[in-house]
Amino acid sequence: MNLEEIKSTLEAAIPGCSPQIVTNGSPSGQHSLLLDREHAFAAAMFLRDDPTLCLDYCSNVTGLDWLDTETSEKVKVTQLVDGIEKEVEEISKTRTPGYLEAVYHLYSMQKKHGPLVVRLRTENRTDSVHLPSFTPVWRSAEFQEREVFDLFGIIFDGHPDLRRILMWDEFEDHPMRKDYVEPDDYEYEPTPHDAVLKKALEHRNRISSPDGQGA
Amino acid sequence: MDQQLKIELSQQGIFATTMEELYNWGRKNSVWPLTFGLACCAIEMIATTMARYDLARFGAEVFRPSPRQADLMIVAGTVTKKMAPQVVRLYNQMPEPKYVIAMGACAISGGPFKQGYSVLKGIDRYIPVEVHIPGCPPRPEALIDAFITLQKKIDAQALTGESRPRHLRDDTPSEFPVPTYGAHDLQPAKNPTLWHITTNTTSPKPLPSGTDESGRD
Repeated sequence: MNLEEIKSTLEAAIPGCSPQIVTNGSPSGQHSLLLDREHAFAAAMFLRDDPTLCLDYCSNVTGLDWLDTETSEKVKVTQLVDGIEKEVEEISKTRTPGYLEAVYHLYSMQKKHGPLVVRLRTENRTDSVHLPSFTPVWRSAEFQEREVFDLFGIIFDGHPDLRRILMWDEFEDHPMRKDYVEPDDYEYEPTPHDAVLKKALEHRNRISSPDGQGA
Repeated sequence: MDQQLKIELSQQGIFATTMEELYNWGRKNSVWPLTFGLACCAIEMIATTMARYDLARFGAEVFRPSPRQADLMIVAGTVTKKMAPQVVRLYNQMPEPKYVIAMGACAISGGPFKQGYSVLKGIDRYIPVEVHIPGCPPRPEALIDAFITLQKKIDAQALTGESRPRHLRDDTPSEFPVPTYGAHDLQPAKNPTLWHITTNTTSPKPLPSGTDESGRD
């Protein structure tokens, strides 16, 4: 069953479910299925229990962080300038809110096919970061959803034990988010380069500024 | 005791020694390490204890599973910030005299993970380290060399006087504060009584433009 067929079976089986196909332009061509949050849990149950699909094994859960994007477009507008109509170019900026994404790789042990890549997206990356948990569907998602919660801050509703798994409980940040700020604990490196060189110079500027603390 | 006189006496069949020599000889040949590994260096440490390298030849034949019975902590592997308080607590639970070997690049400096947010930049920020071994991972020979270095250090310890070791003094601590988990980092980030190396704040020098081109050929 290809992705188009899975999409149409899901639409037929679950009323209101509107999965989208996210294409992958790379040579692997591994396209994925984006599920909407409201029907994602029912869709996951269907994918697992459907006799032809029978995706009984979730091998991998991972997180992604998509920052807010700003696209600027040049639009030609006619305006009255000094009484004469002129075409003036205006730049209109559109801001697309970013989102956090969870990606699941599903296989069928029984039918020996897969993977089916399923994606879920949160509404934004600040205050509405809830996704339905797939742990009740595939038990193997439990620790990996905890890891995604720990490092990306996605809250999985319905997870039986959503605690941090890698960082300590008192830790407040989500280190794999793109806007994570590391503690300023840079120390001497003999040959810093690239990102480390940038960090080193930033650290040096900070400690040489009047309010800075010594190294 | 005069070395020459000792040799003279032993040729006459008289064995003479001092309390200090006997005491240190016994201690250096029965250093029991703690069964404790953190990452891949621990595999190399295990190899060192096995038949091919046989650390037991040097008196370290038993790895004790309890810190209460161990003399030596071999910090073998990456110390994450999450694990660091437990490492310090284990060290505090060991009875004096106790020693630490920091094994491998990660344990001595953070190694390849030094600039990461989750790895401690060397265990010597929280506990005193006797011997550092560089390497990623160090070979068993390097661990044996570190062990022999530690034995030499124990052998050279004076039991009386100003330079006597920590466990024979009242004014030096045998336990060190355990760091606590903070919101962004460990609190404190280092123990200032142990870690007072001043890093060169002027480096790195910004590369003069064109040097990477003209410097070649």
